[in-house]
Amino acid sequence: MSKTSLSSWSESKPLRILRSARAFLERYRKQSFAFPYILWMALFVVIPIILIVVYAFTSAGNGFTLKNFSGIISYAPVFGRSLWLALVATAVCLLIGYPVALAISRMNIKTQRIVLMLVMLPMWINFLLRTYAWMSLLENTGLINRALAALGVFDLINSLHANDLNYTPITHFQLINTNGAVVLGMVYNYLPFMILPIQSVIVKIDPFVIEAAEDLGADRGTVFRKVIFPLSLSGVISGITMVFVPAVSTFVISKLLSNGTVMLLGDLIEMQFTGSAYNPHLGSAISLIMMAIVVICMSIMNKFGEGEEQAVMM
Amino acid sequence: MSKELIRLIDCRKEFDGEVVLDSINLDIKDKEFLTLLGPSGCGKTTTLRIIGGFLKPDSGKVIFDGVKINDVPPHKRKINTVFQKYALFTHLNVFENIAFGLRIQKPRLSEREITRRVHEALELVALKGYEKRSVSQLSGGQQQRIAIARAIVNRPQVLLLDEPLGALDLKLRKDMQRELKRIQQQVGITFVYVTHDQEEALTMSDTVVVMNKGEIQQIGTPVDIYNEPKNAFVADFIGESNIIDGIMVSDNTVRMYGRDFPCLDKGFAPNEPVDVVVRPEDIDIVPVELGQITGTVTDVTFKGMQYDIIVDFQGFKWLIQTTDHSPVGAKIGVKIDPDGFHIMKKSEYSGLYGDYSSYSSEYDELSAAPDEGGAEDE
Repeated sequence: MSKTSLSSWSESKPLRILRSARAFLERYRKQSFAFPYILWMALFVVIPIILIVVYAFTSAGNGFTLKNFSGIISYAPVFGRSLWLALVATAVCLLIGYPVALAISRMNIKTQRIVLMLVMLPMWINFLLRTYAWMSLLENTGLINRALAALGVFDLINSLHANDLNYTPITHFQLINTNGAVVLGMVYNYLPFMILPIQSVIVKIDPFVIEAAEDLGADRGTVFRKVIFPLSLSGVISGITMVFVPAVSTFVISKLLSNGTVMLLGDLIEMQFTGSAYNPHLGSAISLIMMAIVVICMSIMNKFGEGEEQAVMM
Repeated sequence: MSKELIRLIDCRKEFDGEVVLDSINLDIKDKEFLTLLGPSGCGKTTTLRIIGGFLKPDSGKVIFDGVKINDVPPHKRKINTVFQKYALFTHLNVFENIAFGLRIQKPRLSEREITRRVHEALELVALKGYEKRSVSQLSGGQQQRIAIARAIVNRPQVLLLDEPLGALDLKLRKDMQRELKRIQQQVGITFVYVTHDQEEALTMSDTVVVMNKGEIQQIGTPVDIYNEPKNAFVADFIGESNIIDGIMVSDNTVRMYGRDFPCLDKGFAPNEPVDVVVRPEDIDIVPVELGQITGTVTDVTFKGMQYDIIVDFQGFKWLIQTTDHSPVGAKIGVKIDPDGFHIMKKSEYSGLYGDYSSYSSEYDELSAAPDEGGAEDE
């Protein structure tokens, strides 16, 4: 005892500081691995959010104001359209993605790996390129319309109206620059984010649990309804979140596939920062509201999935 | 107790060219407690899954109540299963777990009827008042009881149990053995039970089916199986056995170590080579001059109720269980009463079992077995 107290007396001040820093690191050894990440988050997430809040509640030159928010009312249709299209895209992703995820999880492990790689394959190609590819497919003189023309589809339709004097013959279907094109772009780009989480939850379901349900008298439909689907809910919820959030905030897809005719929240925000209507204060206010919408949607989703997480862990 | 409810006729099953079941013939009577007993990989679980409908035999027939059911899927069989790892529905609470089978019945049962029967089942497994609990909050023993209640609530004619006690600790396992026997008698249905634990099989069963390498070795009551094992495998697997090469000189006389011993067995050809089984508890230690044969004690282990001593008789080591202590190195004589011998015909298992030269390591293996089972279930 006396020895330790003696040595601590004789220690110089910098040595003591070093020592206590080391003790701190030792005590929070595991946590200290997170420091770089915390620093990263602080620099590139927390500070920007603070900046957005500050910008949203101020205007150029003047101090605090709520004007930015009151001005947003006029953009209500953009909000509505964004939410609606993101919702439709999410629903379509779920309708396509769930059966695919289910089918994949029933394959043997080798095939599963290959099919999962195929699902992710498009993601290896640059997002912009993929969307540009859809542009050239959907254009009025694009691949699809030319193919239909070559098959004589338009001639056939025009011939049906041969007697109608007010009829103007068509040369193509309007595919690009429609809501449908934007939804298609969303579904195409975000479908893997729906398939992967659902599939990873379904493969973890204990096969004996499914056998138990069959054993108790459930046919295949009942097994799905009462066991597989409820147990896969947590995957469905994370899939919905992972599709809905990027879909509601996208601007590239709508920009490329609608040439600005379908304006979404993302486009609106982008315009405030880089476009003609330069107004970062309004842009920040819209961003803030969009964040609020996303947070609200996610917390509702998580309420749904409460307790399910646990079930999946088992 | 007499009518045959399930019959397996020449059932054969291969996985990837490997024979798992080799023409199994088995009759299961109504309301009996039948246990399929054997080491892992002996085909007992495969047999159970064939009865449950989760596997189809490659050839042979599965008859239920006089009707062939090879192609009847599990959900249409009046058979329910208690799975090894319980396989409870984690997204449902205790009540809904048990009600699962009732809710999908057609015609639909009234909510009142469902509630009544769930309560009845919970009472049967002594878990009244647990309806609202989440199954993940329950202990292993409680989950096991829920699994039994869930399977029994449908009022099946047969309950299949696949090593249901494997994941429980020893004390709980003993309690559950009694519980299971009580439940079986109370609901009065057939239980088909799979285990690798011979003690469990002897305690609970009306009929024990000993299996090895995809074949049935012996079918009988626990007493028959223990006292009259058919071959060296059964003798070794059920309890402890010293198995010695012998010659059946004539009826009631067996020769080993060059000496003739009186025994009660008969019906063998004169001078037929046989396996002689002597249970460790049937051997009396006597002074050397009074012994039928004499040997040297090489190992003594205190087991609480008795000593396990290993005695070297001319190079072949016997296990003797006795309450008298004999020190290592002591010369002793032994005496075996005529009813202490059990004579078996030679089989493919002759010479493989029943020597206690590697006694201590074998014992370690045995005591480690339940732990292994537990670890598998983690």
